[in-house]
Amino acid sequence: MTDPAANRRLVLRGLGILAGSSAATLAGCAASPTAPGGTAAPVTVGTGDLGLVIERASGAVAVVNTSSPRVLGKIAGLGDLSHASVVYSRDGQYGYVFGRDGGLTRVNLLTRTIEKRVMQAGNSIGGAISADGTLVAAQNYTPGGVKVFDARTLELLADIPAVIDGGGAAGRLSRVVGLVDLPGRRFAFSLFDGDAIWIADCSDARRPVVTRYNGIGRQPYDALVTPNGRHYIAGLFGEDGLAMLDLWEQPPRVRRILVGYGRGEQPLPVYKMPHLRGWAVAGSHAYLPAIGRHEVLVVDTTNWTEVARIPVAGQPVFVMARPDGRQVWVNFAVPDYHRVQVIDTPTQKVVSTLEPGKAVLHMEFTPRGESVWISCRDDNRVEVIDTHSLRSIARLALDAPSGIFFTARAARMGF
Amino acid sequence: MSARQIQLVRMVRQDCGSCHGMRLTGGLGPALTREALVDKPVESLAATIYAGRPGTPMPGWRAMLSEDEALWIAQHLMRGFPEESGLTPKASR
Repeated sequence: MTDPAANRRLVLRGLGILAGSSAATLAGCAASPTAPGGTAAPVTVGTGDLGLVIERASGAVAVVNTSSPRVLGKIAGLGDLSHASVVYSRDGQYGYVFGRDGGLTRVNLLTRTIEKRVMQAGNSIGGAISADGTLVAAQNYTPGGVKVFDARTLELLADIPAVIDGGGAAGRLSRVVGLVDLPGRRFAFSLFDGDAIWIADCSDARRPVVTRYNGIGRQPYDALVTPNGRHYIAGLFGEDGLAMLDLWEQPPRVRRILVGYGRGEQPLPVYKMPHLRGWAVAGSHAYLPAIGRHEVLVVDTTNWTEVARIPVAGQPVFVMARPDGRQVWVNFAVPDYHRVQVIDTPTQKVVSTLEPGKAVLHMEFTPRGESVWISCRDDNRVEVIDTHSLRSIARLALDAPSGIFFTARAARMGF
Repeated sequence: MSARQIQLVRMVRQDCGSCHGMRLTGGLGPALTREALVDKPVESLAATIYAGRPGTPMPGWRAMLSEDEALWIAQHLMRGFPEESGLTPKASR
């Protein structure tokens, strides 16, 4: 099924099924994923080419297949999904969906059902899963902190309030950002209001041991961990620069990198915060969004100095490397979010500017990067683009799509 | 509601929503529900929308809004901001 017309027909057929969606048609789909409406006997289905797309306005996630781009079905009833994100169990069968309203939901991609759902906070911003797949952690704005759950039962194992102002019961709580999993059953996260990075060692999940790094720089807004798990990097909103923790150092210490990248210029307004998660490390270079400038910063990961800055079409939001590192794709904050730019990494130049649709919110590469899925919120569709020809190969109708998350994330640290 | 006002409602729900939440219950930015804004002077809200708030991530939206439009948004936030559904003409999607 590489013929685009055939793909289009499949997409349309999938949508037809959805239009008349019922438990019966969805079950039929699950039993026979390659022949919708067929009568084949139930077969065992893999999960390696599945994913979830957030439909932010309707509180649902769509289960999608990336081998023949189409929507397999939807799972509704997940609450407020503005800024929702997903992490996966190791087998890719379960997605853990973190909703804005504090809902944490485990969905089964094969049965397309909600298996467990807890309301764990008042206002949440995302989560992470431990490398062994046993612990799921949620990062929260209200109450500010991190909660750790048993991945199987969603039982609360540990509550780590992000207490600042000297601590104690009267201490203020910071909003938490930049939560990632680290080797050794640890989670790292940053305190937006506390100018700190904390690492929680959850070897004993009910009694996490927290190491605190204070004074890392003003207002960390998001963070990433490099693919080898060595460097945790928090972007700073309150100053030009990033805070970096080398976790292989003994003891680890925080260093400031790319200090003063704004060179004293008046920053441009930031209509949407960039996201650092889903690192863009290509070869020996990391590609990072600048804050308040329309640039992508390129840093040498061997000595953490700036090697280039690439002018782009707006305030970058996601700067993501194709899995092979040959290209870096960038999307933008309003009002420039109808564009997506492609950077060629060997020449460090923008080689293409695409206009895939209105209000591009997210991009996700297929596991080996031959195509990229782009959510176009205001066109109510996801555009699937061949990353070699840069041509659109499929288009899926979805209701105000935002985040796109493929099960291949299960195998990658920091995703 | 005029076409521009419908656009403003969408902008607040969707674009402001990336920090304040689609339901305006807060996020990196504070909650903008009627209850949360009850003691706030409408002029200062309008000024924050138009010119931003230094020291916080709140940008000024003057490149995309007039002062009157910022005031209109502030007034409607204080009354409980309209939902998008029901405002969009049926034929559009």
